This record gives sequence, C-alpha cells and structure tokens, in this order.
Amino acid sequence: MMNHPTEEQFVLYYYGEGAGIEDHIGACEQCRASYQALQRVLNSVDSFPVPERAPDYENRVWAAIEGRMGKRSRWLLFGWRRPMFAAAAMALLVIGAFLAGHSWQRPAPRQMAASDSGVRERVLLVAVGDHLERSEMVLVELVNAGAPVAGRLDISYERNTAEDLLESNRLYRQTAATNGDVATAALLEELERVLLEIAHSPSEVSARQLEELHRQIEDRGILFKVKIFGSQVEQSAGNSTTL
Amino acid sequence: MEDSDSVAVARVKAGDGDAYRALVDRHSRSVFRLAYRMTGNEQDAEDVVQETFLRAYKQLHRYEARASFGTWLYRIASNYSLDLVRSRKRHPQTALDESAAGEAGTNRVDAMPSGAPGPDRLLFGDEVQRTVASTLDQLSNQERTAFVLRHFEGQSIEEIGSSLGLSGNATKHSIFRAVQKLRRALEPLVNSAGVS
Ligand SMILES: [Zn+2]
Repeated sequence: MMNHPTEEQFVLYYYGEGAGIEDHIGACEQCRASYQALQRVLNSVDSFPVPERAPDYENRVWAAIEGRMGKRSRWLLFGWRRPMFAAAAMALLVIGAFLAGHSWQRPAPRQMAASDSGVRERVLLVAVGDHLERSEMVLVELVNAGAPVAGRLDISYERNTAEDLLESNRLYRQTAATNGDVATAALLEELERVLLEIAHSPSEVSARQLEELHRQIEDRGILFKVKIFGSQVEQSAGNSTTL
Repeated sequence: MEDSDSVAVARVKAGDGDAYRALVDRHSRSVFRLAYRMTGNEQDAEDVVQETFLRAYKQLHRYEARASFGTWLYRIASNYSLDLVRSRKRHPQTALDESAAGEAGTNRVDAMPSGAPGPDRLLFGDEVQRTVASTLDQLSNQERTAFVLRHFEGQSIEEIGSSLGLSGNATKHSIFRAVQKLRRALEPLVNSAGVS
C-alpha cells in the first residue's frame, strides 16, 4: 500500500477536517493501528476535569457583574488620567479664589506687577490645561460612541459635562483675550462653538444627530487642535510652575 | 436555544438590561469550562467569566446576528483567556517549574478530583487526568488555545485562525504540535492500560 497518510492527516481526520482517508485506514492495517492509537490518546484528553460549579453558579455570576454593568458603564472609563490633575485641581481652587477677588465682567487692569502677572498666567495656564483635557475627553467619547443600534443613544452625560465646560470656557476665553493671548482665545472660541452644539443637543440622539455631531467635531479639526494645544500647555505649565 | 438567545439580545439592545440575565444563566457554565480549559486555573477562569459577560454587554451593539450569540461570546471568552494567560507570561519552558512550585499548579491539582470520572476510568483515570493537565500546561499559549478551541469547543481551524489572527497553516501546526506533545505523554498510559 503506497502513500500512507501522515500523522497530520490523521489528526485532521479525527477532527473531521481532513480529506477522506477512511478507505485507506479501512484497507491498511498499519495505519488503522496508528489511527486507533491516536484516537485513544485524543479521547483520553476528554477526561481533563473541569471543577464543578455550585448549583447557584449563574446567580453568583449575575450578582458579580450586575453592579458593574451599569447602563452608562462605558463612562466609567471617564476619569482623570494624568497626574497633572492634582496640580490642575489645585490651580482651579487658586484661580477660584483669584476670580472671587476680581470682577471678570470687567477686564482686569492691563498693568500688573511683573511677578504678580507671571503667577496668574501660570495658574491660568494650568487651569486651561485641565479644561482642555476635560473637553478632549468629552469630544473623544462622542467621536467614539458607536451609532445607536436601535433607537437613540443617551448622551446626557456628555451634554451636561459640555454645559459645565461651556461656562469655564467663556471665562478662560475672555481672560485670554484680555491678556492678549490671541492663539488661546481663538482656540477657546472654536471649542466654545462645539461645546455649545453638544450642550444644546437632546439628551438622547438618533444615529443621524450623532453623525451631525461627529461632523461638527471633525470638520473643525477641533479635537486635534485641543490635543496639540493641551499638550503644549501641559508642557509649559510643567516647565514653569510648581504650584 | 439560539432563538431565545436572540430574543434576549434584542431586549437588551432595546434597553432592558435585566434581559441580559437570561444570557448569563444560559452560558456561564460553558464559558467557565472553556476558560478553565484555556487557563488551567479556577480563579483565572472565574475572572474570564465575569469579564466576558461584561465585555459582551458593553459591546452588544457591535454584535450582529451573523454568528450565534454563543459563538460570539465564546470568542470574547477565548480572546480574554488568551490575554490573561499571556499576561501571566507562562512560557512553555517555565511551565513545569511553575506548576511544581507555583500556586496555579497546586490549585489545579487540588481541584481535580471533583471532575467525577466515569467508572471505566477509575483504574488509571487519575493518572491520565493529571497527565493531560500537566501536558496542557507545557504547551505554548498558542498551542493550548488552538488545541482547546478545536478539541473541546469544536471550532473549525478557520474560525480559530481568525480569532487568533493566525493563518490556516499556522493554526494547524499549533494543533499538530499540541497533539504530538499530548501523544508523547499519554500514549504509554492509554495504550497499555486502556486496551486489551
Ligand atoms: Zn497505510
């Protein structure tokens, strides 16, 4: 008998993936013996024991995951990712106190003592960095949100966050403009339009509305600008200040 | 079974999170079995079960009914098992030392008697079981995954290749190598005790 099947052919045959070699095995005693030996080995693998689970196993699995499923669970990813947050949070407190002492409705006086203005600029820089980071996260989440499969997508979290951000955005934009920081003011103005768009969206959007939001974000290239700007701000804030 | 799966999936997609429970009820034991065979470790397998159901829930909008829900779910489970095993950095060279000294090995051996053996296996069953377990542990991650998916899960070589990102040939060769190693370890046992 010529051309005995290879061991690999036996394996494939055992798993029902090989071309028919049964005629050969039927006719060739040697191959029949080695195929049967392989069969015994592979059959014995089935004895690999899997520990039994408790009768109420399904309940336990459910109990373990239910709390973590949360309808809005993907927002759990939402968090402060960079150590910079600690500094930025403190900066917000500082700037809060700073704002409380100044009327932001009226432009701050342009002439300030050099050291005074330097501190303020750094504080502002860090706060703006934080603001950009939060804005970036909202934009990223929206851009990454898949189209709703059935019905509408709940974007109330992003909408509310955009609303919050809008307020601080106005403040920073005005401050930047007052300080003559044209680039920052321009970026914040663009960001403001997108945030406004999001804040004015319904809390549940259809696939089409989501697409429109994506387009708004993408057409302006705002995410890219925010990223670049944010990293520059972070860099210079890190270089120039230890609050 | 499949029909009631798709009913449950549709209800979850429509916003009824509790409908997901039916899917958990139906599939958690088989996901556990798959995960245990992939990881060889009870605690890891439990992690895989929970993480698989959470991931599947979060990604349900991506599931299209082309494959059955079960197939899709087991794919998530096997990918996550593979990640877990890879992150443990269990290389075939060190697997023996690890199972001799490490906690994974001892746990697994302790857990073993609970998989009730059939009456015909009483004589040499324990030894076969132990040998299967230790040989699976000595396989490379890729060999073990491909073999488990083919042997226990009945997945086709094509399906396995696509979940592991391997060509058909590479998948086959992983399975062949796994079979060779199992054969070397088990043949003396099963062919002396099992047959007359
Ligand atoms: Zn032959």
